[in-house]
Amino acid sequence: MWDYTGKVLEHFRNPRNVGAIENPDGVGEVGSLACGDALKLTFKLDETKERIADAKFQTFGCASAIASSSALTEIIKGMTIEEAADVTNQHIADYLGGLPEQKMHCSVMGREALEVAIENYHTGDTSKKILAGKVICTCFGVTEEEIEEVVRENSLTEVEQVTNYCKAGGGCGACHEDIQGVIDRITAELEKAKGKEAAPRKMTVLQKIRLIEETMEREIRPMLKKDGGDIELIDVEGNNVIVSFRGMCAQCNVAEITLKDVVEAKLREFVSQDILVEEDK
Amino acid sequence: MRTVYLDNNATTQVAPEVTEAMMPFFNDLWGNPSSMHYFGGQVAKYVEEARAKLAALLGAEPSEIVFTSCGTESDNTAIKGAINAAGRRMRVITTRVEHPAVLSPCRDLQEQGYDIVEIGVNEKGSLDLDELESALEQGPAVVSIMWANNETGVIFPIRKIARMVKESGGVIHTDAVQAVGKIPIDLKKVPVDMLSLSGHKLHAPKGIGALYVRKGTKLKTFLMGGHQEHGRRGGTENVPYIVGLGRAAELAAAHMDEETSRVSKLRDRLEKGLLETCPDSRINGDTEHRLPNTTNISFQYIEGEAVLYHLSDLGVCASSGSACTSGSLEPSHVIRAMGVPFTAAHGSTRFSFSRYNTDEDVDYLLENMPKIVDRLRNLSPFV
Repeated sequence: MWDYTGKVLEHFRNPRNVGAIENPDGVGEVGSLACGDALKLTFKLDETKERIADAKFQTFGCASAIASSSALTEIIKGMTIEEAADVTNQHIADYLGGLPEQKMHCSVMGREALEVAIENYHTGDTSKKILAGKVICTCFGVTEEEIEEVVRENSLTEVEQVTNYCKAGGGCGACHEDIQGVIDRITAELEKAKGKEAAPRKMTVLQKIRLIEETMEREIRPMLKKDGGDIELIDVEGNNVIVSFRGMCAQCNVAEITLKDVVEAKLREFVSQDILVEEDK
Repeated sequence: MRTVYLDNNATTQVAPEVTEAMMPFFNDLWGNPSSMHYFGGQVAKYVEEARAKLAALLGAEPSEIVFTSCGTESDNTAIKGAINAAGRRMRVITTRVEHPAVLSPCRDLQEQGYDIVEIGVNEKGSLDLDELESALEQGPAVVSIMWANNETGVIFPIRKIARMVKESGGVIHTDAVQAVGKIPIDLKKVPVDMLSLSGHKLHAPKGIGALYVRKGTKLKTFLMGGHQEHGRRGGTENVPYIVGLGRAAELAAAHMDEETSRVSKLRDRLEKGLLETCPDSRINGDTEHRLPNTTNISFQYIEGEAVLYHLSDLGVCASSGSACTSGSLEPSHVIRAMGVPFTAAHGSTRFSFSRYNTDEDVDYLLENMPKIVDRLRNLSPFV
């Protein structure tokens, strides 16, 4: 059985706010019978049109899909539209005390239905979510935009996680490379944003060289030595670090990849975001 | 809370007679049957007795039985052992509805460059024999086709299939894990070369299985080691479990009539009752050629995992082919291969009986299932 929390089981057994509101202010329908889960969310605002007075759901799906829908309606009741627009799938999962990793897509379905319902409130568009952007996973009809959103909101780093969160990649598997591409792009963006936030370290040239040496000794050399290779620091000019490969690395076909993915990545992590590594050939 | 166990295709209760038969081999007779002393040596005859009992259930010779650790080991040994013994590259023919214990080794062979053909089924889950015929015309192959399907209970015409394969010069293995103990099997009349079975599906414990290997079949040893099982499977014999499997086989033979009469009546009454009380439900699979203990029912517009959790709250144990229960995102490969519409696929639920089930079990389920279906349909946006 799944490792559901008591709260998930409780909401599954006694779902709150089941049904459909008549003349709702917002309707959001996502999913389909083919996908194995579907959710229809309706909400109504109070008389002053400020806050969500009532929300109801109808769900076709497993225990965690039902619990996530029930939780969603409880979360948004009493919220303003602006507040509701900020609700993420993580809020739904947290409200339930967590969901099994492979069931996170249930919380994402809740967030998507809410998005569509809010969009419906603003534009009056009653149709199901219009697929925005390029479809990456054709098996489950998941767009690039949807994948970006789950990667961003949940800091996902692997394709398998993306599948758990929004089903993309869970069918034939042909789109795994494209999903990895999205992950890499978002991760790079997030890294960049993080780098800007953190104030760059002020170091003297000598301190910098020492830190580079230390990082190479601790983080990089052991990895290379495992494959019979080694590395030597040749020079440091500003942010340009010049190194030379030794041993097996010197003849290795993928040395360039090692240079970027290992050496440069580690030095950026531990020394400075702006480091550029070059090989002295 | 009472437990109503209707998941016997997943595993079965160990028969008390089986446990009883096994106990001396933990406490007193714990010697190694290969030893050259009376203490170990005395155990060997019990292993041979168990082998004879199992052989009798199958209509086989005792020397044709190789004990293994489970059904999966038997399947892997049969398929890869036959391929490795062939001495030339043979093709592999199987079906789209096999158990992963067969499909996974076949796909592994495919990755190694072997040609794999997967035969399809129709909407009733019956095999397309014409497709098999034309696959066999391409030249000799190692063929692995199950005797009965674990999800739907559909029985394949294995006698006819075995003859077709033998005529084509191929090797035929059958995964009979779900069939052994539930329906009569006579390997004198069914010319399969190899047959897999698993103890825990017929009231023996988990961790014991067997592979039937017809005399003369070329098979490369899969688990290499000592000379046990005539060199066909290394490793010290799992004596208590082998004895347990022997006893379970003996009991299965004795209860065979009950299995095909009383158990199938329970199944039929449940099936009829559910179809009557739960609208928009349907049976998946050919009801004419089916195991006596299995029914696979789809309750449309609701999802299987939710059904199972509600059943479980009531003490009822069943299983489902829905995506959510498998941990994957798609309904079971068997249900999909049969082309069951999505409206029904996600709500497919399997009830599988054993001789320990009673009329009260059926009554209890018939009383509660309509309530669960109603409850979930009231939640569903599609009703």
